[in-house]
Amino acid sequence: MSAVAAPDDVLSVRGLNVTVRDTVLVADVDLTVGPGERVGLIGESGSGKSLTALSILGLLPDDVVADGSIRLAGVGPDLVGTDEKTLSRIRGRDLAMVFQEPMTALNPTMRIGDQIAEVMLIHQTRSGRAAARAAAAELLERVQLPPDLLRAYPHQLSGGQRQRVVLAIALANDPALLICDEPTTALDVTVQALVLDLIVSGVRERSSALLFITHDLAVVATVCDRVLVMYGGRVVESGPITTLFTTPRHRYTQGLLAASNLEPHDAPTASDFADGAYPDSGSGDVAPSSRTRSRRLTTIPGTVPAAGHFPSGCVFRNRCAHATDVCATTPPWTGTATHGYACHHPAGAQDA
Amino acid sequence: MPDQPAIVATDLVRDFPRPRTSLLTPAPVVHALRGVSLEVKQGERFGIVGESGCGKSTLLRLIAALDRPTSGQIVVEGTDITNLPERRLRFLRENLQLVFQDPMSSLDPRMRVRDIIAEPLVVQGHPASGARVRELLDAVGLPANAGERYPHQFSGGQRQRISIARALAPRPRILIADEPVSALDVSVRAQVLNLISDLVDELDLTLVFVSHDLSVVKHVCDRVAVMNAGQIVETGPTADVYAAPQHAYTQRLVSAIPTLQRALSGATTADLLSHPAAPSKGAPA
Repeated sequence: MSAVAAPDDVLSVRGLNVTVRDTVLVADVDLTVGPGERVGLIGESGSGKSLTALSILGLLPDDVVADGSIRLAGVGPDLVGTDEKTLSRIRGRDLAMVFQEPMTALNPTMRIGDQIAEVMLIHQTRSGRAAARAAAAELLERVQLPPDLLRAYPHQLSGGQRQRVVLAIALANDPALLICDEPTTALDVTVQALVLDLIVSGVRERSSALLFITHDLAVVATVCDRVLVMYGGRVVESGPITTLFTTPRHRYTQGLLAASNLEPHDAPTASDFADGAYPDSGSGDVAPSSRTRSRRLTTIPGTVPAAGHFPSGCVFRNRCAHATDVCATTPPWTGTATHGYACHHPAGAQDA
Repeated sequence: MPDQPAIVATDLVRDFPRPRTSLLTPAPVVHALRGVSLEVKQGERFGIVGESGCGKSTLLRLIAALDRPTSGQIVVEGTDITNLPERRLRFLRENLQLVFQDPMSSLDPRMRVRDIIAEPLVVQGHPASGARVRELLDAVGLPANAGERYPHQFSGGQRQRISIARALAPRPRILIADEPVSALDVSVRAQVLNLISDLVDELDLTLVFVSHDLSVVKHVCDRVAVMNAGQIVETGPTADVYAAPQHAYTQRLVSAIPTLQRALSGATTADLLSHPAAPSKGAPA
């Protein structure tokens, strides 16, 4: 991914590497988010997506080091290597985050209203305590929570309500970029639907950009315009939602799509992926009976390796049915910065 | 007794009294189940769907005789277990096994995997041979040397395989799975669902599969019961319930599930809410 960044990108990440001692956790990640754009970052546990988000926020643990370049529109310095004092002025104002666990993201000893007002008082985006309080009430209403929750404590709220409070805090200062890391993973489907809708309408009203991290392909397809697929700390494919999910090129994307498809394999939507390229190695010697054949899901053989144990070259080659000797070299990026893939044997080519 | 239903529950009620909040008012009561009736046939794959707090776990605990109903009756394989003392539940402990949601907290971190898998056999006084443990490890797709290791040395999907091996150890006829895949990644979820499907077929098990995700239940189960606020609001063949939900709650549940197909045909987050969401029960107003 070596195209020139458009000057008006809200977020521009170039060549991001995250390492802990000698182990590379994230390698050479390029990522841009345009104004008002909703970009998804998908991948399984251990793919490096959360570390990428934490690098952007400057919240990496002490022994984990990021290098490369992370630039945010309207903010002078490169976020990589900026001191904590500067970063703390940016976080919560230009850059906001909704974490996965709403239980731990709120202060249990502070009333909801004070927590929402606090973020505006710290960054002095409202003229005073009264103005911040009024703004907090309004934000609470925007996330469809009743005004009497202003005086409630976090433990009195359900998971979905807490996540809406976290969202209200994140949106309080109209950030240029909102990062959501698996914001609905712990929630029920109906609550998830509401929170997703509030996130999308929240960023739309403010023309904020959104970086949405999830492992749920259906969620990312519903929320985002564009998506990046991460595996083993690398971006393996990126592109517009529709193109990427209908004609995946990287074998990992293809496998991920097939594995999340819960429709029977004879359904027309599944036929593209049911080419038998991904035999199930997981269930060992259990022979499928005739009854299960229609129920069998396509799987990716093997498991995601532990950090630092991914193969050299193409990180997916030890689980890929199409891997050959050439995959021992790192596959080059094919395509443009926002739409391309890194694979020696892409799907849809002659050998597919 | 092949025609005998595996599980029959009749008008189950379970109330949990909460601590008194005042000397002057009676203790508040949580009505976890309010009259649940269901029948699971032998060899059936039965799904129970509902959100957190709808009572599905309480129902499972009653079926597994880990808890007693306030009123109502549960019959498992022809035996009324409602008021049976623990010493007469031995048949149930052998014939009915559970797989829990969180594979980290449901495996003893200080036991080797081979001891975890053999534990149900030991408890029930069967000889726990190494051969049986190896056979079970093989059945769930784990290498034989996995028995020597500890749970923390395995990934989430592998731990769930260990849970399944442990559940299958006493050769049960009924397998109850409580959200077995909700903590797993997509590609691992597919592997574990395939494994459960294969084993249920191969061993002729009756499966009760609990999940909050109707699309997973639709894939695994023949019949489904939708629960809301301690009651079953809709029962039917899974495909029918999914395609043409009758009850308002089921309709809202189905429309809230994001799917790739819908998203690619232009569905937005607003479409997920096309049936207005009601506030969840039990939450403060």
